[in-house]
Amino acid sequence: MNAIVDSRTPDPKKFIKGATGDWEIIIGLEIHAQVTSKAKLFSGASAEYGGDPNAHVALVDAAMPGMLPVINEECVKQAIRSGLGLNAQINLRSVFDRKNYFYPDLPQGYQISQYKSPIVGEGKVIVDLPESGGQITVGIERLHLEQDAGKSLHDQSPTMSFVDLNRSGVALMEIVSKPDIRSSEEARAYVTKLRTILRYLGTCDGNMDEGSLRADVNVSVRRPGGAFGTRCEIKNVNSIRFMGQAIEYEARRQVGILEDGGTIDQETRLYDAAKGETRSMRTKEEAHDYRYFPDPDLLPLEFTQSYVDELKAHLPELPDAKKARFIADYGLTTYDASVLVGERDQADYFESVAQGRDGKLAANWVINELFGRLNKEGKDVTTSPVSSQQLGAIVDLISEGTISGKLAKDLFEIVWTEGGDPRAIVEARGMKQMTDTGAIEKAIDAVIAANPDKVEQAKAKPTMIGWFVGQVMKETGGKANPQAVNDLLKAKLGIQ
Amino acid sequence: MSVDQATVQRIARLARIAVTDEEVPHLQGELNAMLSFVEQLNSVNVEGVEPMTSVTPMAMKKRVDEVTDGNIAEIVTGNAPQTEDHYFLVPKVIE
Amino acid sequence: MTDLTSLTLAEARDALKAKKISALELTDAHLNAMEKAKALNAYVLDTPKHARAMAKASDTKLQKGEAGLLEGIPLGIKDLYATKGVRTTACSKILLNFVPEYESTVTSKLWRDGAVMLGKLNNDEFAMGSSNESSAFGPSVSPILPPNVSAAQAKAKLGNCNKGLLVPGGSSGGSAAAIAARLCLGATATDTGGSIRQPAAFTGTVGMKPTYGRCSRWGIVAFASSLDQDGPIAKTVRDTAIMLRSMAGHDPKDTTSVDRAVPDYEAAIGKSIKGMKIGIPKEYRVDGMSQEIDALWSKGAEWLKQAGAEIVEISLPHTHYALPAYYIVAPAEASSNLARYDGVRYGVRVPGKDIIDLYEKTRANGFGVEVRRRIMIGTYVLSAGYYDAYYVRAQKIRTLIKQDFEKAYDSGVDAVLTPATPSPAFGIGEKSGADPVEMYLNDIFTVTVNMAGLPGLAVPAGVSKEGLPLGLQLIGRPFDEEILFSLGEVIEQAAGRTKLPDAWWA
Repeated sequence: MNAIVDSRTPDPKKFIKGATGDWEIIIGLEIHAQVTSKAKLFSGASAEYGGDPNAHVALVDAAMPGMLPVINEECVKQAIRSGLGLNAQINLRSVFDRKNYFYPDLPQGYQISQYKSPIVGEGKVIVDLPESGGQITVGIERLHLEQDAGKSLHDQSPTMSFVDLNRSGVALMEIVSKPDIRSSEEARAYVTKLRTILRYLGTCDGNMDEGSLRADVNVSVRRPGGAFGTRCEIKNVNSIRFMGQAIEYEARRQVGILEDGGTIDQETRLYDAAKGETRSMRTKEEAHDYRYFPDPDLLPLEFTQSYVDELKAHLPELPDAKKARFIADYGLTTYDASVLVGERDQADYFESVAQGRDGKLAANWVINELFGRLNKEGKDVTTSPVSSQQLGAIVDLISEGTISGKLAKDLFEIVWTEGGDPRAIVEARGMKQMTDTGAIEKAIDAVIAANPDKVEQAKAKPTMIGWFVGQVMKETGGKANPQAVNDLLKAKLGIQ
Repeated sequence: MSVDQATVQRIARLARIAVTDEEVPHLQGELNAMLSFVEQLNSVNVEGVEPMTSVTPMAMKKRVDEVTDGNIAEIVTGNAPQTEDHYFLVPKVIE
Repeated sequence: MTDLTSLTLAEARDALKAKKISALELTDAHLNAMEKAKALNAYVLDTPKHARAMAKASDTKLQKGEAGLLEGIPLGIKDLYATKGVRTTACSKILLNFVPEYESTVTSKLWRDGAVMLGKLNNDEFAMGSSNESSAFGPSVSPILPPNVSAAQAKAKLGNCNKGLLVPGGSSGGSAAAIAARLCLGATATDTGGSIRQPAAFTGTVGMKPTYGRCSRWGIVAFASSLDQDGPIAKTVRDTAIMLRSMAGHDPKDTTSVDRAVPDYEAAIGKSIKGMKIGIPKEYRVDGMSQEIDALWSKGAEWLKQAGAEIVEISLPHTHYALPAYYIVAPAEASSNLARYDGVRYGVRVPGKDIIDLYEKTRANGFGVEVRRRIMIGTYVLSAGYYDAYYVRAQKIRTLIKQDFEKAYDSGVDAVLTPATPSPAFGIGEKSGADPVEMYLNDIFTVTVNMAGLPGLAVPAGVSKEGLPLGLQLIGRPFDEEILFSLGEVIEQAAGRTKLPDAWWA
C-alpha cells in the first residue's frame, strides 16, 4: 500500500469544537458496489437479488469438492468501465488472491479477491458540496473485484443460524478512497457522487436498500493539520443518511475519549441506527490473519490497452461532463445543472425537453414543476405521468405565447391527471392566450366602468394597477396576456 | 526458523483444527522438522526472480455473462448435515 | 479362453471389436477378480450394478458398430474423482458420506467413450501420501510379493495388520495395485508430486502424469491446484496412451486447462526415436542412491541409445530444491483448498457448542494425521510475517526449476531420463515413523515435474536384486506426451513387460 498523503488544507469550518480545542475529522471510505451483471463473478448462477433459499447457487458457489471458478467477462468490463469513470489507472495485468477465513456464509473458506494487484489503481472523484458550497477532490486508492459472501439469518430459530448462499459469489467492486474526506457532509456527497457515476456507467445499480452499495467508513480525529490518529472502521453502513450520523457520532466519541486523556483502540464498529450510536463488534482481532496468496485456480487477469480503449470509446457521458455541457449549451446555472445531472434519467428527461427549446425555461419546468410534483407523489422521471414530449409541448406553448405561465400550470395539472396532447387540450378547452387587444380592451373597459372609485385611487397610488390586472384576468378567464393587460391598463388609467 | 507451542496453538486455531494440549509438543516437533527441512531454500539466490503465478503461460479464458446454472437447491443442500427449507443450518452465530 | 483379466487394455479393445469377447463377460471377469481381491483393499467401493449395466450398453453399441474408443473397457476410478450418484470420499473420514450429484469432466469423457466403471479406488487421504497408508479405509496392499515371502505366508499376513507386505505407493496406490492385480484394465489417478509415477514404479505398472492443463481438474477433489494433474495408470505404455486420449482435452469449466487438440497418442507407440536427444541430469545422482537404481538408469539410457537416440548429460541445477519448495507450495495450497471441509454444507459434522467449536471438532476428527499436518504447515507458511520468506521464495524457486528445464529443452534435448524413485517399494508401516520427511523423500525424482508443470511417464524397467519392480521416468516438453510414449515403448520393449504377480491373495 502507498503511504498516506494528506491532500487537504485544514478548514476551520469543518472542525469539531472540543473542550480543549479544535479537532479535524479524517475519513476514508471503502465502498462495496455490486457489479451489474446477469450471472455471478465465477459461476453461471443468477446474480439477481432475492430468490428462494439457495436457489441462485451453482455447485461452485457452494464450494462442492472439485469445483473451479471461471471468470465472467462482463464483470471484468464493468470494473474497467468503473475505473475509467473514476479517472483511474487501469492495470492491464491483475491477480486474484484468496483471502482465507472461516465463516458459515463463506463456503470456500476463502474469498476470491484482489489484494496485491488490483484491476484498477489510483483515480479521483470531484465532489460538489451542496450544503456548504464548494468542491473537493477525493482520491481513489484502488478498485478491485471480489466475491460477495452469503447471508446468515439469525432470527429463524433460537439456537441455529440459517445460511443462504444466494449472494455468495456475486461480483463486487471494492472502491477504496484515500483518507481525503473531512466531514460527514463530504462523505455523504462523495458517496452520492460515486453512486451517480456508477449508475451513469451502468456498472452498479446503487440500490442501497438491497445492499448493492455498502460502505465501510474509516474515521479518525486529529488536531488540525497534525499527525493522523488511530482509526476505527464502521462496517456495512447501508444508507447515506446513516453514514453521516455514524461519522458524527463516532468522531465525537473519539474526541471525547481523547480529551479525557484516553486512547483510541483500532477496532471494527457497527452503527446502530435505532440508538444513533456506534458500538464495538468485539471480535477477537487475533483471528484476522487472512493468509492472502494468488488463487492457483485462476490465471492472471490480462487484457490489452486496445481492449480498454474500446470500452472507453463506448462510455456514456459522465455527470461532470454533462453538467459542463448543460451550462455551456443551455445556459443553465451551476445549481440547476447539478440538480439535473444527479441522475442520468433526469438529465436525459431534461435534454429531451430542452432539445431545440429554451434551456432555462425547460430547466425551470423540469426542476420546479415536474420534480416538485414527482417528489410529492413519490415518483421519479421514469414513472412520470407527464412525458418529456408532453412537457416539451407545454414549454412550446409558453414560448410561443399561446398560453400564459399561469395557464401552463393548469395545463400541466390536466396533463398530469388526464394525459393527452397539451396542444389539443389548449384548443379544446379554449385555454389560448387572448392576443386580440380589442377583446382585452373590452374587458378593461368593463372593469374600469364597474369600479370608478378604484380608478380614482389608482391615479394617486400606481401600485393599485395590480388589483386591476387581477380583475381583468378574472374577466378573461386567465387567457389574457398579462403583459398586454398591464400595458393597456397603464395607458387607460394614465399611469406612467 | 522454528515454532514454539503457542505458535502451534495459534496455527491450529487459524486452521480451525482442535488440538489438545497433549498433542502440541508432538505437532511442534513435526512442524519444526518440516521447517528445518525447507531451511535449505534460504541458500538459493532468488534475487530478481519472478514467483510463478501460472504454471502454463496462457491467457485466461472468460465466460459470457449468462445465467446457466442455479435452481438446484435440492442438490446443493442434499449432502448437508442439517438443513431446513433449503437453508444450511449451523449453531447460532452471534455478531 | 485365457483369463480375461490378464489382457491388456489394447488387447481387450481389439477382442471386443472383433466380437471375440463381450463387454459383459470382460466386466464380469474383473468383478469376480475384485471379489476375490477384497483383502488387497485396492477398491474402496465396488459398483457391480453400475458396471454390468454399462457393459450391457457397450455390448449393444459394439453390436451396432457404434463403439467408442474405450467401448466396454472396465476401469477403476480413483476416489478423488467425483462420480455422480456414487459415493466419493477422497478416502477421508470427513467425506465418508458424500455422494456428489455431478460427474468429473475426465470420467464423463471416459463414459462418453464407452468405458465401464468397476468401482472407486483407494488412495492416500486427499492424495496426501506416498504409500496409501493415510487412507481412511486403511492401506491398499501391493500385489507384489515381498522378498522371501511365499504366497501362502503373504496370504496369511493379508488383513492381519498387513505387516510384512508391501505398499503399492501413493497417493494413487489403489490405482496401481488394481492394475498390477488385474482388477481393471485401466485406472484413473492423480499426481501432485509423484502420485501417479511412484506407485506405478512400485508395482511394475505404467503411469502417465500429463502436462499441467492437459486434463481437466473439474470434479476432482483438489489437493494443490497448481500442481494437481490427473492421468492414467495401466499395464502398458500403449494402454496409458489409449487412456490419455480419452481423458485429455480442454474444459471450459477449468480455466487452467489448455485449449489444444488432443492427438492420437497411441499413434506415437512404435514411432522411431532415431536422432532424439535424451538428457541425463547429473543432479539426479543423489547421495545414497542405490547401485542398482544407478545401473538401471544407465541401462535405460543404453536402450534408448541402441534405438537411435543420442544421450547427453545435462544440468538441472535447482533439482535439489524442488522437494523442500514443494513442501511449502503444496501444503499452502492444500490448507486453503481444504478449508471448505467444515461440516456445514456436506460431509461429516461433529457437533460443537458454537460454530468455531463445530469447525474445530469436525476438522480435527474428519482429517487424518497427515492431512492435519499438511494443513498446519500450509497455514503457517502463509501466515502474516512468513508469507514472503516461505511461499513467495518457494514460488521463485519454482520459476528457477522451470527455467532449468527450459534451458535443457532449448539446447535441443527432447526428453529427460531419470529414475522414477530412489528405491523400490517398502513395507507397510515401515516409514510411518516420527519423521514425515523420510516419507517425503520418495518423491525426490518426481516433484520437479509437477513444480514445472511438465509431463512425466513412469515405465517399469527392471527389478531390484530382491525382485521388486523398478521404474524409470521420462520427462518431456510441455504437451509433448507423444515423445514420452514413443520413448517409453522402447524401454518397455527392451526391458520386457513386467510379469504381473500371480493371484496369491485370491
